[in-house]
Amino acid sequence: MLQLIPALLLVSVVSFSIIYFAPGDPAETLCTGPDGNANPKSVEEFRIKMGLDKPFHTQYLIWLNNVLHGDFGYSYQSNTPVFDHIKQAFGATFKLSVVSLIISLAISIPLGIISAIKQNSPVDVACMVGASLGVSMPNFWLGLMLMLLFGVYLGWLPVAGYGDGGDLEHILLPAITLGTGSAAITARLMRSSMLEALGQDYIQTARAKGVSERIVIGKHALKNALIPVVTMVGLNFGYLLNGSIVVETIFGWPGIGRLTIDSINMRDYMMVQGCIVFVAILFVVINLLVDISYRYIDPRIRYETA
Amino acid sequence: MKRHDKYDSWVIDAVARVRESRSAMLGLAIIVLLVLLAIFAPQLSPNDPTDVCLGDRLISPFTESKYPLGTDHLGRCVLSRLLYGARISLAVGITVVGISTVIGVTLGVVSGYYGGISDSVIMRFVDATLSLPSIFLAVVIAGMLGRGLASVMIALVAIEWTSYARVARGSVLSLREKEFVESARSLGVRDSYIMARHILPNIIAPVIVVATIGMAYVVLAAAALSFLGFGAQPPTPEWGAMLNAGRVYMRTAPYLTIFPGLAIMLLVLAFNLLGDGLRDILDPKRVVIE
Repeated sequence: MLQLIPALLLVSVVSFSIIYFAPGDPAETLCTGPDGNANPKSVEEFRIKMGLDKPFHTQYLIWLNNVLHGDFGYSYQSNTPVFDHIKQAFGATFKLSVVSLIISLAISIPLGIISAIKQNSPVDVACMVGASLGVSMPNFWLGLMLMLLFGVYLGWLPVAGYGDGGDLEHILLPAITLGTGSAAITARLMRSSMLEALGQDYIQTARAKGVSERIVIGKHALKNALIPVVTMVGLNFGYLLNGSIVVETIFGWPGIGRLTIDSINMRDYMMVQGCIVFVAILFVVINLLVDISYRYIDPRIRYETA
Repeated sequence: MKRHDKYDSWVIDAVARVRESRSAMLGLAIIVLLVLLAIFAPQLSPNDPTDVCLGDRLISPFTESKYPLGTDHLGRCVLSRLLYGARISLAVGITVVGISTVIGVTLGVVSGYYGGISDSVIMRFVDATLSLPSIFLAVVIAGMLGRGLASVMIALVAIEWTSYARVARGSVLSLREKEFVESARSLGVRDSYIMARHILPNIIAPVIVVATIGMAYVVLAAAALSFLGFGAQPPTPEWGAMLNAGRVYMRTAPYLTIFPGLAIMLLVLAFNLLGDGLRDILDPKRVVIE
């Protein structure tokens, strides 16, 4: 677990350097008036105010110290704390991810189980072809197609936007877009893991002693087959976070993905750093939680207490 | 399944097995087709892909023989742009996967073979990269380097090499203890020779699998970055950028978003099919029934 700390530190140095060495001067960009000229005096003042005149390592250490105290700095753009923006955006992303995850699991687990039980049947083939297409489909394209179908032609759902705090109407299309890719991956995993479970001796034993097929599958096989799928839920979360960049941009969802893109476009370095480090921490924490949850899901796994 | 007599002809063996896997063959067929279309794009394209003809704006597909798949908002031929787009996607994929493989395998082999500090440092770096959602990292790197395909490729290499390093290192760790490596070492063979001649040939199979699936990932990610505006810039006929430009006309000209999306999906699907097929074929756990 402790080995995650160097990884996080490295991530912070890398993300800080990328942004530090990036072309373009935020001070000049932001102090440029409507006439296209920047006043050198105000540029210099801004630089000193934001600490941009200090050397690299000093800037990094100041920033790291602040981050460790929960202070991600101030947005160059709006002059408000970066963390406030991130908190708000994370709420939107979290909502979207949870709904996508529910959609994804609701599609993939039943399909995976059916495919495994009816292996090599037309249903199985159809599911696996669908999964291959789902994995290969660009989510930005799927999003636009759903938008076109349900938003433009059928007019059932709003095309984009956050609505009233991200209501169900507005969340459905982005959530389906985001959930499809992970559903495809999970369905495949569910199928192979179910097939493996069904091939075990204890299944044969259960069948031999006359346990009904429904219980054999629903209880004996499913419980064991779900273990890798639960691991996947953690990885899925990363997948969803990745997808959120594109999906949030298309659907105008005010989440962390869109915040990142907007900040890059605005050269709001503080915000970009904040976003990337926040996402990294989030990712690491989720992986950690998944690791810990194994213990409860699969009692055979016990960690050595060193 | 028939095994070939010559022990060292695993390539022939693998090819024979690929022919037995339907999905791998399908993937391979699509890839060959798309590569041919990309190579012969200049001969096959009915028009110049960047030729603007404002008099022929937004012509629907299948209506005019001059523009089989219609024209975009600047009157450029969609079919020609799609054909040239295949060149870009394939070139980006091959370049990124190629460079990542060289970097990743080299570092992975060195890391696994020597162990110790270099191993810890390299693997920490790999872990750090893997502990981030990759597209976030790619977007930040590409965004900071400035717009353009070169930035996208650098960003993707920065992420991709880690998977090759992981696979290579994992394979080397088990090979390092094998008798043939030990005997080579006891004969006084140089480490660099052992790595290049004894270890490298034995890790090619898993690396090929990762590289094939990596192609699918890179093509998709590059298109996504271009779609977001970080990659190919106009008037480059890149699929993701075409989708982004066509998005504005979605209501009136949906084909401008449908076609490039289908093209991306086809190429990605082909590499996924081939990669999955190869993984099953080259899986050492697979039982070979004589």
